[in-house]
Amino acid sequence: MRSGPQSLLTGLLWTAPWWLGFLLLLAGPMALSLYISFCDYPLLQPPVFVGGANYAQLAGDPVFHKAIANTIVYAALAIPIGTAFAVLLAVLLNQRVRGQALFRACVFVPTIVPLVAAGVIWMWLLNPEYGLLNTGLRAAGMTNPPLWLESPRWAMASLILVSLWFLGSPIMIYLAGLQEIPEELYEAATLDGASAGRRFWHVTLPGLSPVILFNVVVGIIAAWQVFALPYVMWRTRPGPDRATYFYTMYLFDNAFNYLKMGYASAMAWVQLLIILGLTALVFVVSRRAVHYRGA
Amino acid sequence: MSKRWLNCSVIYAALAAVALAFVLPLLWMLSVSFKPTREVLRPDLLPQHPTANAYREVIGLGAEDPGALRGDRRVESGKFNYLLYARNTLVIVVFSLVGMVVSSAIAAYGFARVEFPGRRVLFAVCLATMMIPFPVLMVPTYMIFKYLGWIGTFRPLWVPAWFGSAFNIFLLRQFFLGIPKELEESAMLDGCSRWGCFWRIMLPLSKPALAVVALFHVLTVWNDLLGPLVYLSHQDEFTLALGLQFLQSRSGDTPWNELMAASTLIILPVLVLFLLAQRTFLRGIATTGLKG
Repeated sequence: MRSGPQSLLTGLLWTAPWWLGFLLLLAGPMALSLYISFCDYPLLQPPVFVGGANYAQLAGDPVFHKAIANTIVYAALAIPIGTAFAVLLAVLLNQRVRGQALFRACVFVPTIVPLVAAGVIWMWLLNPEYGLLNTGLRAAGMTNPPLWLESPRWAMASLILVSLWFLGSPIMIYLAGLQEIPEELYEAATLDGASAGRRFWHVTLPGLSPVILFNVVVGIIAAWQVFALPYVMWRTRPGPDRATYFYTMYLFDNAFNYLKMGYASAMAWVQLLIILGLTALVFVVSRRAVHYRGA
Repeated sequence: MSKRWLNCSVIYAALAAVALAFVLPLLWMLSVSFKPTREVLRPDLLPQHPTANAYREVIGLGAEDPGALRGDRRVESGKFNYLLYARNTLVIVVFSLVGMVVSSAIAAYGFARVEFPGRRVLFAVCLATMMIPFPVLMVPTYMIFKYLGWIGTFRPLWVPAWFGSAFNIFLLRQFFLGIPKELEESAMLDGCSRWGCFWRIMLPLSKPALAVVALFHVLTVWNDLLGPLVYLSHQDEFTLALGLQFLQSRSGDTPWNELMAASTLIILPVLVLFLLAQRTFLRGIATTGLKG
């Protein structure tokens, strides 16, 4: 094998698209953003260095606290509920029955629906007066069905409900994970007299645990970026009591509506640190729970 | 025997209920989109007098050209113009697609096959960048594109694709690693260059993986709201997603059948794409994941 400057040059040439993009679109902007986060920068005037003022202001900003709290509540509810739902549906869709492909396609189709369209569709489904859901609930005898998007108590629940509609891709990942679990494990468990429930708990779940970890990490990163759905569903009124005002929405508003670029940049850096910290935490905590076969 | 039969029918009932629950919102959208305006508020599952009027309103045929300049003011009619927005979205898709696929493949080949000092470190950095979310970069990239005078053009939405994406590079590298090295080694003995190996051996063998990358990219562009929202300013530049958001935000005076017709028209092309490439899709997702 060749080595030395010549091979380095060849390697750098091949990987050039990536590292050029890294420098120009990632490292450079991040350095710029770090500097701006220490500035007062109303976009139309040049930035003025203000030290840690933006970060100090964040610490005492009630809207910022509300946005963080909402994002945490959303992540803490949507990720566990979504994971449980997706694993159960994957097991169900894994049953060898006729029409399996059709059932899988039905569950997957919403995943390709653009989020804006999904927001519009669900706004109308969840409309308290004319929506299909409440029409159904009234027909079933419920006199006072929830106001969904318009109620501070139900707004978050509505968003989580809509997020379940998009579980197609984790379900497909779990389905692939289920194929990896050796049939012998199930046979051995059955011979030992394990019920279906115990087989699920002691064979299926440990077998899926690496995939679950992957989906949880992806879910955490995604939760801090939730934007399009709540932006569409609550844009005209900022949500009852800001019940569905999330981190990225406040960042966006600060940057492009209030033109507080420095403040928004400080928010971006806090967001990055939160995501990195949470991901590291998930890996540390899961080291004991995740079962890697052959490891 | 009868217990097994019972089990089977319970499974069928559960599967049918789940499948229906997932598809029902789309069927409802379709139904409302064909209702005349006076029927929209009625809970009937199907339109009593189905009409395509809502589609006529949003398709953009015969509409005033929203790009027309009146004096120095652009006409912002507030109407949804499907044909125009679809054209804009397609321009971004086409301009970015080739760059995304080719650049990601070239870099992936470098990480998979070219041995050079520092390769491991660079690849680790590449993987780590996947964790960095777009909102973090939103403000500085906006400043850079503003400095370049690119705000209000499609360039911020397609030029970055030509640098590939860490995720696609990772995906293609994994695929390249699965292709036997001997193929290239014998070709190189016959005098084939590195580039020749990549272009004539690797790429043709990697069509399934390249198809996954291309499909995901089209979906991402079709779905993106935040990018167009930040970088585009005039209604005649809107993409489909941004156009629908704009229509919806003025929904005080937009009837729901028009919103549903616009939604249907936005979903239709990606739905057709999904049906045509279902296998590629599902295989790709099983190995990688989609939508965050």
